[in-house]
Amino acid sequence: MKFAVVVFPGSNCDHDAHYAATHVLGQQAEYVWHKDTSLGNADVVILPGGFAHGDYLRTGAIARFSPVMAEVRRFADAGGPVLGICNGFQVLLEAGLLPGAMLRNRSVRFQCEHVLIKTEQTDTPFTLACRPGQVLRIPIAHGEGNYYAEPDVVARLEKNRQVVFRYTNAEGVQTEGANPNGSVGNIAGLCNERRNVVGLMPHPERACELALGSSDGLVLFDSVVRAVTQGAFAAAR
Amino acid sequence: MRARVFVTLKPSVFDPQGKTVTDALHTLGFAAVRDVRQGKYFELDLDTRSVDDARRLAAEAADKLLSNPVIESYRIEIVDEVIA
Repeated sequence: MKFAVVVFPGSNCDHDAHYAATHVLGQQAEYVWHKDTSLGNADVVILPGGFAHGDYLRTGAIARFSPVMAEVRRFADAGGPVLGICNGFQVLLEAGLLPGAMLRNRSVRFQCEHVLIKTEQTDTPFTLACRPGQVLRIPIAHGEGNYYAEPDVVARLEKNRQVVFRYTNAEGVQTEGANPNGSVGNIAGLCNERRNVVGLMPHPERACELALGSSDGLVLFDSVVRAVTQGAFAAAR
Repeated sequence: MRARVFVTLKPSVFDPQGKTVTDALHTLGFAAVRDVRQGKYFELDLDTRSVDDARRLAAEAADKLLSNPVIESYRIEIVDEVIA
């Protein structure tokens, strides 16, 4: 199966995502430049971390208008699995493929550290190999990861079980201290109503080998390989 | 025609930068400062002589790109002057 890793000017985790897909998982992966208008028959699309278009104006605000985003939207609308990591998550929010927005971290600092996140939902293509409630140790690296949505939107996310990852302690308990950035409801990641588009602030691709300090992130990539090869989420070619 | 677009976080949205600036001003002795909300200011130089067109263009730009309606609102001022 084939991953497409979208590259915006300013993406800097594209190689990490490509490495996780190819070297760690042994799958195919191709970079797709943001001006391309084809995803090249990919089975999965990853919007990687970084600083697309320098994060000017707002994170993801300009990237959402890149030509490739029309294809990403079409792919998502057809049910194809899409993962937005960090800046990729911010792009998905700006594009309206996921609800809500990001504010500056509560600390007003760029935060670069390992955090613990609890897997709240396992019926998405990127979490189906997780144990329910599995706590993952994965790094964050962001200045604007303070997730915000209006209370009624948050209520709808909770009702529809769209909160996929939450910042918790090691026991999987949602605490104020476990929340690194002030996100409402300790939300670290979420999915769309159809559950095929997932975004999260932590970087699973930076936690795919023990040599990197943690291999907990690998389960997201394992999940999507299983999802695609078992046809749980059909490729949207 | 020139349009001034002021983009600010909605009142219901916490502004971490504004809070930091408020704290800094208090540290500097500006005790009368109750609160600071930080925003963005854009000046659009528009190729039109119509105030209505200028307002419509600026609003379109603000809706589509300059602001994110999830967290921000905006205000537009039109300055009736020809840019040399």
